[in-house]
Amino acid sequence: MNIYALVKRTFDTEEKISVQNGQIAEDGAEFIINPYDEYAVEEAIRVRDEHGGEVTVLTIGSEEAEKQLRTALAMGADKAVLINTEDDLDELDEFGAATIIAEYLKDKEADLILAGNVAIDGGSGQVGPRVAELIGINYVTTITELKIDGDKATVVRDVEGDSETIEAQLPLLVTAQQGLNDPRYPSLPGIMKAKKKPLEELELDDIDLDEDDVEVKVERVDVFLPPEKQAGRVLEGDLQDQVKELVQLLRTEAKVI
Amino acid sequence: MSKKVIVLGEVRDGALRNVSFEAIAAAKRISGGGEVVGVLIGDSVQGLGQELIQYGADRVVAVEHPHLKHYTSDGFGQAYMAVHEQEEPEAIVFGHTALGKDLSPKIAAKLQSGLVSDVTEIEGEGDDAVFIRPIYSGKAFEKVKINEGQVFVTVRPNNIEPLEQDAGRSGDVSTVSADIQNLRSVVKDVVTKATDGVDMSEAKVIVAGGRGVKGPEGFEPLKELADLLGGAIGASRGACDADYCDYSLQIGQTGKVVTPDLYIAAGISGAIQHLAGMSNSKVIVAINKDPEANIFKVADYGIVGDLFEVIPLLIEEIKQLKVNA
Repeated sequence: MNIYALVKRTFDTEEKISVQNGQIAEDGAEFIINPYDEYAVEEAIRVRDEHGGEVTVLTIGSEEAEKQLRTALAMGADKAVLINTEDDLDELDEFGAATIIAEYLKDKEADLILAGNVAIDGGSGQVGPRVAELIGINYVTTITELKIDGDKATVVRDVEGDSETIEAQLPLLVTAQQGLNDPRYPSLPGIMKAKKKPLEELELDDIDLDEDDVEVKVERVDVFLPPEKQAGRVLEGDLQDQVKELVQLLRTEAKVI
Repeated sequence: MSKKVIVLGEVRDGALRNVSFEAIAAAKRISGGGEVVGVLIGDSVQGLGQELIQYGADRVVAVEHPHLKHYTSDGFGQAYMAVHEQEEPEAIVFGHTALGKDLSPKIAAKLQSGLVSDVTEIEGEGDDAVFIRPIYSGKAFEKVKINEGQVFVTVRPNNIEPLEQDAGRSGDVSTVSADIQNLRSVVKDVVTKATDGVDMSEAKVIVAGGRGVKGPEGFEPLKELADLLGGAIGASRGACDADYCDYSLQIGQTGKVVTPDLYIAAGISGAIQHLAGMSNSKVIVAINKDPEANIFKVADYGIVGDLFEVIPLLIEEIKQLKVNA
């Protein structure tokens, strides 16, 4: 099977976010593979191990994203592709990202494409389904189970807590929800091998795209932090009285019950 | 310039979801005085049209087909596009729900348009509308505008105030026929496991448990409290990783991001990833044995104590309150 996993380099979930000059400050931050994309990479490797074939991990970004691609290779992916937009683009929205990925994938005859259902930075969850639509294949989002049988996939999706079982033909794009699997840590031999695995670097030119083709439709005009939450009141006294006071406060002060 | 805006009304278990009424309020802002058209898609949904109108839609277009009984992106995509081609709206609003999240990128890709997902606030109106949305799971917010072409947004449930229902309002409910065919996904089975149908993203009250619940049975008192308050159950990653509950309940940077009116955190220490998922809740109550727990830093009200003592007392007290009221 010809399998692709789409990944994004994101801030570590431990990071505090700060704003400098109207942008999110990146100095000194730790970066990781977006956790939902990590499920996608893990699932891609498992499907390949069971059914044969090859896993290619794909990302858009700068040179720095090579680190996350090498991590995916160390987990067990076979090849990596970095579409480097650093010199061409200052900003990229979901429309642009999907256009680039679809342009790259359109003649690759992928059987299965996996992505995270959402990235923990931008949080829009658009790119996966957009790519599927652009290259004309079916998709299923927020999956927690995937079984492949011949050219048929049986998928369980998380729909706001309900589980929906869906049958779909390949080629298919799926987006990973938490619970799909437990991503492995790269082993030491895996890390050594990853250094020698092929990593192809492309620019927009190489996939016949122009900056104008991916000009942003949605423009960020400001970034700000939510107002610092003030620590409230820790109640005191006998537990029974605390609970009475709490219910009173919720009723009369906060007016939420 | 005023805009014609389409709003997708979302139906669950035969009723309109609240987020649809919130989406109409958002559409009114975006329309700048233009027409707001509600769209209903399903196997039997036309009857809900008047309710959308009572909440502010000017008229409603319904697409009904037996193949639309279950949501599939192909089926609903075809149905939506049939209405879109007839109406040619300048703006579109969906709810940022499982359905909205799944369908909106497909439509945006078809229309080659931008899409602002998960909007929590709209500033300005008409052409000047700017949209505020959380990034980094609520650790920060961005303000965006749409540069050109179609305006397309999804709105997060529970954030935009719906208009008051006006039973005296009426309008036209028409139908559009669409050929729903070549569905590439077939829904074989649906297993409902959410508590009494109260979905976390729309719940006004969430009672969430962490490692402090000590086991799957530790969620029982939390469920009782949630039921009493008409709310939903949630959990921290710690509780999910320990197999106390299903991952679908997880709240945090990985997991759901929620903004209920009342969030009760029981036995949750408050790791930064968890806080990202819930700290924008309107009122937060923390119950934890450890007075140093991080969760107290974001809580409006805190009780230092054992949740297995506090929650039952809380249940009794609220029952009392209901009896007296």
